[in-house]
Formats: sequence, C-alpha cells, structure tokens
Amino acid sequence: MKQILILGAGTAGTMMANKLSKGLDIEEWKITIVDKDKIHYYQPGLLFIPFDIYKKEDVIKPKANFFPSNVEFIITEISKILPEENKVLFTDGKTIKYDFLLIATGTNVCPEETPGLKGNLWYKNIFDFYTLNGALELQKFFRYWEGGKLVVNIADMPFKCPVAPIEFVCLADDFFTKKGIRDKVDITYVTPLSGAFTKPIATKMLSELLEEKNIHVVTDFYLEKVDNEKKTIVSYDGIEIPFDVLTIVPLNKGDEMIARSGMGDELNYVPTNKFTLQSDKYQNIFIIGDAANIPTSKAGSVAHFASEIVYENLICAIEGRTLTAKFDGHANCYIETGKGKGVLIDFNYDTEPLPGTFPLPGIGPFGLLKNTKMNHYGKILFRWIYWHILLKGKEMPIESHMTFAGKNKVNI
Amino acid sequence: MVEKIIAGVTVNVNNEGYLENPAQWTKDIALEIAKEYNLTLTEKHFQVIDYLRKAHLNGETLTMRKVGSSGIVDIKGLYELFPGGPLKISSKIAGIPKPTSCV
Repeated sequence: MKQILILGAGTAGTMMANKLSKGLDIEEWKITIVDKDKIHYYQPGLLFIPFDIYKKEDVIKPKANFFPSNVEFIITEISKILPEENKVLFTDGKTIKYDFLLIATGTNVCPEETPGLKGNLWYKNIFDFYTLNGALELQKFFRYWEGGKLVVNIADMPFKCPVAPIEFVCLADDFFTKKGIRDKVDITYVTPLSGAFTKPIATKMLSELLEEKNIHVVTDFYLEKVDNEKKTIVSYDGIEIPFDVLTIVPLNKGDEMIARSGMGDELNYVPTNKFTLQSDKYQNIFIIGDAANIPTSKAGSVAHFASEIVYENLICAIEGRTLTAKFDGHANCYIETGKGKGVLIDFNYDTEPLPGTFPLPGIGPFGLLKNTKMNHYGKILFRWIYWHILLKGKEMPIESHMTFAGKNKVNI
Repeated sequence: MVEKIIAGVTVNVNNEGYLENPAQWTKDIALEIAKEYNLTLTEKHFQVIDYLRKAHLNGETLTMRKVGSSGIVDIKGLYELFPGGPLKISSKIAGIPKPTSCV
C-alpha cells in the first residue's frame, strides 16, 4: 500500500484528510495524519473570548471527531522530516515512510523572541489572544479592569489573520462602551505597517472606521523590546508608548520541526511554489496553510481555497502528470467591527480588496468593504459552517479562485 | 508607471517613486534618491544596498528581521543608516520594489 502522510491536524490538515479520504482509492492508499495536540481549536473564535462573547467550550472539540474511519490519526510529536529519504522521524522513536507528504504545521506565536515581552508583566498586564490561555487570561483581566491605556501592538510581519487585531480594537471599543467605562479607556493600535491594514483601499476604509470609534493608530512602529519597569513598548528607533494593558501579537514563526529538518526560511516557513503549492525543492511534498512562505494572508480561508488546488495537484503528481491547478492567493475575511456589524473583504495575490457584493454579484447578501449587520451574521454563522462543513471538506458555495463579478473599480 | 530622469538617466518608476526595473539602477541613481531623504551614502549603506539587490534578484522576500540577521547590519543599525522606514527607504534607494512582507 502507498502512504500519504499529513503533518499537522489543524484547519488545513483536517480539510485535506477529508478530501483525500473521499477522492483516493482506499484499497491502494493509506492516509495518516499526525499532530501533537488532540484538541482542535476554532481559532477565529479566540478573538471573542476576552470580551466574554465566547466561552472556552465554544472553541474546542476533539480532533478525532473530524476524521473519517479510513484515516489514521496519530497523536505524537514530530522530530524531523528527512525529505531525501522520504520519511518522518517522531520523538517516540517511530518513523513513517511516505510516498507523498503534506506539510500543514501552521504558524505559532513566539513571545520569547522579543526582549521583555515574557517578563514580569506576562499574563498580568501583557496578554496575547492567539492562544486559548492568553485569551482566557485576558478575559479574566478585562472583567475587573476599570480603565486606563489599552495598547494593541503587532510585533512583526507576517502574522496569522492580519485583520484580527483590527477586530480586537473594534470589539474592545464596543465592550467598554457597554460596560459604561469607554471614556476611561484609551485605545491605541500600534502597527509596523504604514497604515491600519496592508492594502490601500481597505486601509482607507478601516482607518476611517477606527477614527470614528476614537481608536488611535500609530504606524511604522517596529517593536524592539518591552520595558517592564516603565510599562512601555519601545521601537528600534527609540519611540516609547506607555500602556496599562498590552495586547500583543507576538512574532509568528513556523514550527521548530521545520528548522530541525533544515527545510525553512529564517522564520521557519517552507519555501513553496506560490501557484502550485508544491515544495520548491521536493516534488512529492506539498505545503498547505500557514506553514508555506507564499505571499498571501495566513488565514483559514486561504487554506480552504488552497486545499482545492493542493488536492488537484496532488492527484496530478500521483498520476505523473503536469500540475494543472494554479493558486491565486485568494483570501476572504469577515472583519468583526463591533456593535453587531462587520466588514467583508475578498482579495488575492494581485487584486486588493474592493467594494461590491458577495458571493452573488449585485445581490450579496454580504457587502464587500461595507460595514453591515449582514456581514456580522455571516461571521457568527461561520462557526457552525466551520465545524460541520469546512473541516469535513464538503462543498462550499464559494469558488476557490477570486472573481471580479460583483466588485466595483475604485480610484484612490 | 511614469518615466523620470534620475541622475541623468531615464528610468521607469511607480507612483511611489520605486524603480520598476532594478536593472536600470546605477550607483548615481542611489545617491540621487538618497538626497530626497537627506542621506549621504557611505560604504556601509552600499553594503546593505548590495545585499538587498542580490536577495531581490534571488527571488527572496525581504523583511527587516531578515536584513537584521544578514550579518551586514543589525536592525538597530539599519534604523541608523536609513531613519524613518529603513526597509522601505533602503529598498527605494536600492532600486528594488517596495517590500511586500505585508499581506
């Protein structure tokens, strides 16, 4: 029997396991997926925890629930990949030889990489919200906080879900308004970018939104260290910003196992062909999701669109044909903006987010680059879709390639 | 895309002044663009510029962290050489596209 091995059972790996189990001849292929963690986290939900909108139970389920019976799921830690020998070593001493390997080991937050970040104030006045622990600690903190300076800072690029910190400050505005202490809370959004977001048209729209909500934006701030004594964040060019509570997006890096295998760039992301999603170096290795170094957002929607491409190209590779599917970097993000509204953006490698309607041209129901109640319902509904449709690799009514239908041209 | 004469050479630049074609770059162009930022380029500046151009031609994605671990200059040093927006300014002077680490 031939072996397909999937490393990582998060959003991307789980979707691939489901697709492959339906598409491949199970008499001929053995599909194995490995992960060190038995819990599946609904990562888009972590954002809602600090504001008491979601509870812990809303965002976790056993990973084992999401695999069909013909997929082997192993909980173990990966020691390293030996790509020249087509095998993977595990820390328990076992090895698996593969015919094809899918790397879906994602990206992690690394607060220890910034001096002073994981110091005395960690989980006292400094929190991340990209981990369940960080989000839960922040939830406890916000319940009793009476106001002061809330600083939200992104340490470095790239990071997972580039819209999440914007959503965070919008939800904070809403949360403290409802608590009746918004006038005592000063919210500052500090980013290494030159604007609130990465692409010009969306940046303009989002900057106006933040201004409307009285959220201060500091741009071009590249974090060097955190001063625990003075409670400030300090940039490489010596600018200091004081905080009472700091919500940090720490440096993101791919899995350490990628570095141990000698297969990553300086941030442990795997060099990947941005169109075929095949490893630049090894023809029987494909990379899906945040683990790849491709120039698009690190986000579940990207992994979802990419899964169609990886599936098709993997079949091509198995049959010895030229890879025919071409990824366009498609991303689609609901941005929760507070007060029961949301903004939807849809973009790819070449096209920045444009206004319009989605997914049906002229009809919607969702409005692109517009702040609407319907977009918020889309985000809320998405949790159900994620657990029941997306992870199981079922059909979604959205094309994997971005379309211009329903989008309007904009001059800025 | 517009044509612009920099240091007596006609080059194509985008609306932010980045060279469209790195092959059109010369040292004199670098010195001229640097003047816009009140910078006088030294040997050290050119070491960074050389590194950026080579990495770009190699198809590598440039980030501040990457330049900082290049062995040529650390991040603090990069800020001292190109104050304001080190990677954006140094890329412009090096005649390569604006860094797209932002997605």
